[in-house]
This record gives sequence, structure tokens and C-alpha cells, in this order.
Amino acid sequence: MNELLRATASELAGMIADGEVSSREVTQTHLDQIAAVDGRVNAFLHVAADRALAAADAVDAQRAAGEQLSPLAGVPLAMKDIFCAQGMPTTCGSRILEGWLPPYDATITSRLAQAGVVVLGKTNMDEFAMGSSTENSGFFVTHNPWDNTKIPGGSGGGSAAALASFEAPLALGTDTGGSIRQPAAVTGTVGVKPTYGGTSRYGVVAMASSLDTPGPCARTVLDAALLHQVIGGWDPMDSTSINAPLPDVVGAARSGDIAGMRIGVVTELGGEGYAPGVEQRFAEALEALQRRGAEIVEVSCPSFDYALAAYYLIMPSEVSSNLARFDAMRYGLRVGDDGNTSAEEVMNLTRGAGFGAEAKRRIIIGTYALSAGYYDAYYGSAQKVRTLIKRDFDAAFTTADVLVSPTTPTTAFTIGERVDDPLAMYKADLCTIPSNLAGNCAISVPCGLADGLPVGFQVMAPALADDRLYRVGAALEAELAAGWGGSLLDQLLASPAGAYLEGGLR
Amino acid sequence: MALTPADVARLAELARIRLTEDELSALAPQLDVILDAVAGVAEVASADVPLTSHAVPLTNVFRPDVVGPSLAAEAVLAAAPAAEDGRFRVPRILGEEQ
Amino acid sequence: MSVELYDFDQAMAEFDPVLGLEVHVELNTVSKMFCSCANVFGGEPNTRTCPVCLGLPGSLPVVNAKAIESAIRIGLALNCEIAPWCRFARKNYFYPDMTKDFQTSQYDEPIAFNGWVEIDVDGEPFRIEIERAHMEEDAGKSVHVGLSGRIGDADYSLLDYNRAGTPLVEIVTKPITGTGAKAPAVAKAYVAFLRDLMLALGVSDVRMEQGSLRCDANVSLMPKGATQFGLRTETKNVNSLRSIEAALHYEIRRQAALLAGGGKVHQETRHWHEEGHTTPGRSKETAEDYRYFPEPDLVPVAPSPEWIAELRETLPELPDRKRKRLKAEWGFADQEFADIVNAGALDLIEATVAAGASPAAGRKWWLTELARRANEAGCELAELAITPAQVAELQALVEAGTLNDKLARQVIDGVLAGEGSPSDVVTGRGLAVVSDDSALAAAVERAIAANPEVAERIRSGKVQAVGALIGAVMQEMRGQADAAKVRELVLATLS
Ligand SMILES: [Mg+2]
Ligand SMILES: [Zn+2]
Repeated sequence: MNELLRATASELAGMIADGEVSSREVTQTHLDQIAAVDGRVNAFLHVAADRALAAADAVDAQRAAGEQLSPLAGVPLAMKDIFCAQGMPTTCGSRILEGWLPPYDATITSRLAQAGVVVLGKTNMDEFAMGSSTENSGFFVTHNPWDNTKIPGGSGGGSAAALASFEAPLALGTDTGGSIRQPAAVTGTVGVKPTYGGTSRYGVVAMASSLDTPGPCARTVLDAALLHQVIGGWDPMDSTSINAPLPDVVGAARSGDIAGMRIGVVTELGGEGYAPGVEQRFAEALEALQRRGAEIVEVSCPSFDYALAAYYLIMPSEVSSNLARFDAMRYGLRVGDDGNTSAEEVMNLTRGAGFGAEAKRRIIIGTYALSAGYYDAYYGSAQKVRTLIKRDFDAAFTTADVLVSPTTPTTAFTIGERVDDPLAMYKADLCTIPSNLAGNCAISVPCGLADGLPVGFQVMAPALADDRLYRVGAALEAELAAGWGGSLLDQLLASPAGAYLEGGLR
Repeated sequence: MALTPADVARLAELARIRLTEDELSALAPQLDVILDAVAGVAEVASADVPLTSHAVPLTNVFRPDVVGPSLAAEAVLAAAPAAEDGRFRVPRILGEEQ
Repeated sequence: MSVELYDFDQAMAEFDPVLGLEVHVELNTVSKMFCSCANVFGGEPNTRTCPVCLGLPGSLPVVNAKAIESAIRIGLALNCEIAPWCRFARKNYFYPDMTKDFQTSQYDEPIAFNGWVEIDVDGEPFRIEIERAHMEEDAGKSVHVGLSGRIGDADYSLLDYNRAGTPLVEIVTKPITGTGAKAPAVAKAYVAFLRDLMLALGVSDVRMEQGSLRCDANVSLMPKGATQFGLRTETKNVNSLRSIEAALHYEIRRQAALLAGGGKVHQETRHWHEEGHTTPGRSKETAEDYRYFPEPDLVPVAPSPEWIAELRETLPELPDRKRKRLKAEWGFADQEFADIVNAGALDLIEATVAAGASPAAGRKWWLTELARRANEAGCELAELAITPAQVAELQALVEAGTLNDKLARQVIDGVLAGEGSPSDVVTGRGLAVVSDDSALAAAVERAIAANPEVAERIRSGKVQAVGALIGAVMQEMRGQADAAKVRELVLATLS
């Protein structure tokens, strides 16, 4: 495969800065890869080729002018279609927003532009980030690059698939209940859910405001850290953003030193319901970390058993309110306006036609959970569980520096397998949800294959200790790569299943 | 607490979503299963546990009372399904202001 | 359909009214509640909007610090407790003027609660208990296009979101009982009190005609002596002091007729029409379920005791206390002082006195001549194009003998017409009383010569006849003479 496609973001940035290759060439190569393989993967909803090349040219001009380039300047990125970028279609995977061009940039979009990161386009996702398989996209299903009959995870399946199919070295996601980490796990890539408030939500279309966390997606831990560094930090436009310096995530990713670190295995995130292959890879990863000098301890977080239930009350409640604004009055789809139909009825018809089944389910559950007479039993109780989960984390972090678990109970399931069984679908987020409820940070790092499909290893750290994720993630990545003689994705490229990824670019 | 299609229809009305008969009858049992699964939160939510609405305990985040730029009116109306006289044109409104 | 109305006095003989008033005050911050768009009334539609106040996908609110300060100061002025910790909440309902289809408001955790104010109605004090004062945002404005221009039979509507996101404080009373027949007057006095209070605090322009102060008036009736409140109606957006009184008067008569006829009151919202009646709106039985929950996009507000104490220091002398002080200082009788308050002239007279006039003179000008002008112009006293300092200057000119009352009225004409200060008008119109003794003396001589028989009567001791000669002189001088001086001269000449 073309070495520009296989290179990490960090390597590409170095080559561009050194003038070994232009950003235009790097960008064009990735656009070509998208053209060659996306027909099979379906990762992109929108490819902004002209804009990307113009942005690449700007970086090349900066370099030619002798200007200092920022660490990811000229490197292409695939953006989940939930980030607003002025004048670029933003649909959130929903028909109700089809054709909408935001008149403004998300804070993260601006920071990327500032850093010279080249946005290739927008990636597919479950509608308004609601799902664990990207099957809930209003447009099409994205396929797992490892096995095109499998789901790429969700809601950020498009971003994860773009990375795993070498369409982009960097991607952006949002993680509300696992939407960055679960797709990373099932595609053999790296995904980070930063501390809530550590990355700005301004201009990121809201699903569940108290849980949504934008974050970096990449193929290596260091690349994720470099991207985290660009997008993270305080934003006065987001009231929930934390006004504190970002920890040194890049330094942590470069170091990977975990000697003497106490790593807590969460009892409740394992056992029944977890695939044997997943548990086996997880156990091997623990051994790898021990070899690097970490101490493994066992911790119990009993309230985690209620996390899924609390999540599926809090999240849909916030969804029901956040998605109210899609009412056909100011932007987006409008259905049934024949000059006589009332505004109320046009709202009913538009929302009935524009939202998919999962969006409707969640809006209605949320409407129910917040409605008079049910609030205390549902929403109120769920918020109490949230307190209990935070307490469990606080207690666990007194005995362990980080907590670990498999990222997902199983590997990628087959497309279509769980569409009619929402509850089974929801269980894909069993291990990732607690960190969203507590607001702390977590990462998923590839830890091997089970039945030929990637398995993810999750590391959770306290709020604002995002650097610990990168330290542990880098250690695991290095130790496993040493054993495998390369990255996990190298194994895909080496297998017949990955042959199509060579595209037209051999 | 089995949800009937009529219950779902009432909720859908509150949420301004027109559902077909088929959707109503498919959703009712699905929502039942989900609500059964989540009702367990009440088991551990004892009276002495405080509620958490915000994951990170920040308070008093304000902006200074300073005027910044607004969007140009053309940009504001560019996405409007219909516009007239610099305003968003919407179908006739039956309800009242609140 | 004709509506039956009971006689008001009869209604009050049979029923006790219970009032509840919700007043929305638009704050006069320079930027909006949650974004930095300018907070100004009117303007070209949709020119003061941004992703936040348009509720665009992805946008997030950030609270205006000044709005919080204003809300706390309002709470303190209403003798409320200030919440040490409170949150914003989302009030969920669909309406085209709400860009997010929820209103960011406060629910069970208002920033201020449990207050009271004392108002005065014709010398009788009423204590109004304040339930809460909470922060929220205003909605956009719709124009209904169709034959009538009314919402019910419009063809379509046009929306302007310039007003969307304007900071509001909503002040809600506890049920007000024990007012009897004064209920409408109490409501009016309460809203007038709030208006004065907001002006004194400097937190709002309180222009009712622009909607920066809006009142929803709840009223119910219960049979005399009963303790169980009746079903109430809420009359929305009553936008002048006069309408508040009239709308409640009407509602009481309407409800009394229903109840006396054995019917019952529908719990509903009603609309006030300036022609003098209310019509039914949304029925409360099908009231929306607002599904309030804490706003996740905004963090809690937790004002420290120090901050609250600092804000308390900034409170000006509040109108009710000021009223008590001025009444004592000026020494007017109860009714005289009440007239001043009712005319909205208190601050104007205070400023006039501060500029050097006596309280009596201030009262005289503002309550007679200027009140007449305001009435003719259909505006408030304060809206007249004359300042208290100018009124004081006018009075000084009168006292110096430069102007008599008649000339002073012409000077007022001039000031109101924009001809400058009173002295400017005196100069510009050449209006000063003629004090040139020789000119006056000549005019007196001519008057005496022209009226020999009158002069004779005066000479013979009938001094009261002097009026005729004064009149003649004044006519010749076109009013520009000091009548007292003319009288003096005539008598001296004839003695
Ligand atoms: Mg309100
Ligand atoms: Zn704005």
C-alpha cells in the first residue's frame, strides 16, 4: 500500500514539515483512497475534495513562506457529520437536516483550521448519534473494513471505518455512551472520550448535552494525543467547558511509562455476556501491562450494574428536548406545508417523516420519562444512580490509578442482527456508559482479534487525568505491537479480507 | 405498566411526531421492554442519594455583558424553508403564545 | 355571542376576588441573555440573531453576568431571599417563536423567592407577597398575515427573532386576598409599583407599550366568607396600567355573572381586547406538560453571600421608602401627596425641587398645567419634552417677576415646541413682563384718559373699579405686564 496511506498522522506531519511531501499530495492520496474503497465501506456522507485541497495548499504555502507549522498541519482528517463547519453539509445522519449548511463553525472546527488540519469530509453516523452500529443513519449503512458484513460500531462508525480503511489518518467523533470507543474497539482503531468539559461542545449538534463529549479517533495512541492537543481545552462558548490547562497528553503518549502504576480491573465489567475471545484478549493485555511494570488490582463498582438503565433514561430525556428544535420552521426538512396545513401539523408531519425509528423511540421514551407523574421514578432515580456511579469511581480511584475493562462485551456483530432488538443493541455500550455518566475520561486501544475481528481494551481515568489514558494506551500498544511484529491493522492489510483496501493505489 | 398504542400516541403528540398505526403498534411493546429494563434504577435510588444533573461540578460560568457580532440577515434566512420580508415564513399557527 | 356581565358593586357584595399577578420584565442589558447579540427593541427583522438565539443545531448558551446581577438586585428590592444555589431549567413546548422549542427558564429553583412589597391604594396600604422572581429568555415575534391580522384566522405567519433571547425576570405573586372591590386598583398599583421599582433600579426600560413590562393577571372569585379559592382565569399580556384595571374589572363582572347564574368558571387563559372585553384562549384542562428538567448546557448559579451583599449595596433608595421620606419632607396633605403619586409626578417634582423650586411650586406646575398637556398629548408626564430643571427655571422667572402665569404658559408652549429653555423662549418670543416704568406709566395715562368715568369712581374711593383699568393696560401691553405692578401704578396716579 501507498506509504502515505499507511503512515501515521505524526509521521505525515513530520514529512510535510520537512518538505518531503506536500500536504496537497497527502490530501490527494487520501481522496483517491476514498474514491477507490468507499463504495464498499460507505464511511463518508460528504467528501469536500475542493475545500480539502484548498486547505492543503494553504498549508503548503505557509511552509513555503517559512512559517512555523503546528504539529498536525497538512494532515487530513475525517469529520463525524455532527460537527458544524460553515458552508459544509451537516446532517447528523438525519434526513431532517438534509441539505443544511451551517452558517458557523464549531469551536473544534475552528481549532482544526487554525492548526492546518485538512478536513476531507463528513462521515456517516447513526442518526443524531443514536446507535451502536451506524445502521440508524438516515442515508446508508457503513461497513466494517475488517468484514463488510459486520457493523463498524456506532454512532461514529463512519469515522472509525474511515481510519481502518486508510481513508484518513485522523478522525473526529463524539462519545455520549461509547460512540467513539465502541467503534474504535470493533474496527481495531484508537478512540478517546476526553473528560467531559475538556473538549468544547460548541457547534457540535447535541444528542444528550450532559453526556456528549467530542474526542479524537486515530490509528495510534500518539496520533490521538496530537489531535486531542489541537481540539482540547477551555472554550468560553461552552458553559460546561473546564477552564483548566489540558494535561500533557502528547508527552504521556510518547512516554508510555507505567512502571508502578496500579491498574484496577472492574469486576462488574466482565463475566456473563462477555464473549470468551474478548475476555481472553483482555486477560492477555493485562499480562502485557504487567510486563511493563504495572500492578494489577481488582476493584468493585457495584452501581455499574445500573449504569445502562440510568443512561437509557437520562440520554433519551435530553434527546427529547434537544431534538425538539427540528420543527420545520427555520431550517431543514418541511413536510406537508400546502398553504392550509397548520404549523403544528407541519411539525407533526415533518418529524414523523424526518426522524428514523431509533430517534422516534428515544424521543418518546424521553418524553415519557420527563412527563408529569413519572419524572421522579425515572429521570430523578436515574440522576441518583449517576451520583452512585460517580461515588463508585471516586472510591475505585483511591485504590487504582486507572480502571480497565473490555471496551465492548463482544466483537462486531452482523449488520441487521440487532435492528429489531433495541435492548440487545443497547448492551454494546455496557462498559463505556459509566464514564459518560461520571464525566471522566476513557480510551479504547486495540488488543487483538477474536474470531478474526478486533477486540478493544478500555482504560478509564479520573476527570482531568486524560494523560493517564495515553500513558497506559501507549504502553499497551507498544507491548502488543512488539509481540505481533506490527499494528493490528497491519494484520488486516496482510489478510485476504483486507486486499480490497489496496484500492487503486498499489 | 404496559404501554398501549394509545399511550404512545399521546406521547407522540406531546413530542410532535406523527406516527402511523403500524408504528404505534410496533413501538408500544418495544417501549414496554425498554421501560421494564430501565425501571430498575428506582431500586437503588434511595431518598438520601442526591441527584447529579451535571457530571462536572462547575458553578457561576458567565459571560460579560458585551455586544458581539450577529449573523447577516441573509445568512440567517438562507436555510429557511420559506421567507418573506426578512422574516421566516411559517404555516398558520393554531396555538397561542405562552 | 353576548357575554353576561354582573354589576361590579353587586359582584363585590357577593364575592371575594383572589388575584395572582405574573409580571415579565425585560432587562435592559446591552447584550442578550445567552449570547452577545445586541439587546435593543425593534430594528430590521432577524438582524440581531446568531446561532445561539436562533437555536441552531450545535449552539450553546452562556449566561450574561449582568442579567444575573439585575435578577439578584430585583430579588433584593422585592425583599426576597436569594437562592444560594439554583439552576436553569428547560420548559419544553413547541411553538414557532421559540427557536429551540424549549424555553430556558427556571422551575423549582428560582434565583429569588419569598418576598413582599407594600403598595398604597388611595392611602390604604396593601402588602403583596412575592412567590418568586426567576430568570428566563424572551421568544421571537410573529406577525400574522391574513384578512384580520389575528392569529386565529391568519393564512400564515412571519417570524422575527430579534427579540429571541432577551433576558426576562418573571415576578410571580402569591395569591392576593382581602382586596375586596379594590382588586383592580390594587393590581394596577402593584404593577405601577414594579414599574417604578425597575426604573429606580435601572434594570429595565419598563416601556409597557413596547412590551418590556408585561402582565398576566389571574383572578378568581369565591363567595363572601369562603376560604376555598374558585377556578381562575389568566388574562394574558395586559399591556398598560389602565388595561390591567379594566381587564380585571371586566373579568370580575364576567365571572360573577357566571357564578351567580349557577354556572362555573372555565380555568383558561383569556385575551384582553382594548375595546374593553376578554375572550377565551387555551383551556387549562388540556394544559401542556412542560417536562421541566435542569438545563444541562448551563451550570448552576451559586451567588456567594459576599456578592449578594455587594449587590445590596448598589440598591438605590427604593420608591416606597422614598415616598415616605418625601411626604414627610414636603408636608403635603394625604390627598395632595396621593395625587402626586397617582399622576406619576413624584420623581419629577423631586427633581424640580432639587433644581431649586419649592415643593408647592413643583406640584402646581406638574399637576395642573403640565398634567393638562400630557393628557392632551395622551402621554405620561415624564414623556413631555420638558425637564424638571426647566420647570424650576420657569418658576424662578415667575418669582423674579419676569413672567406672569399667562406668559409662563406661553413659555411652556415654547419649551414643548423645542424652542429651548424657558429663558431661551422668553428671549426668542420677546415674552418678558414689561417692567419699563415709563412705558407702563404712559399706558396707564392713556387708560385713565380713555376711561374718565372709571378714573373718577376710583378717585372717589371705589378702589374695586381698578380692575377695568388694569384690564385695559394689560390689553395694550399684550399681557406682558405684571398686573400687580399695573394696579400699583394706577392707584398711585389717581391718588
Ligand atoms: Mg415564564
Ligand atoms: Zn444571538
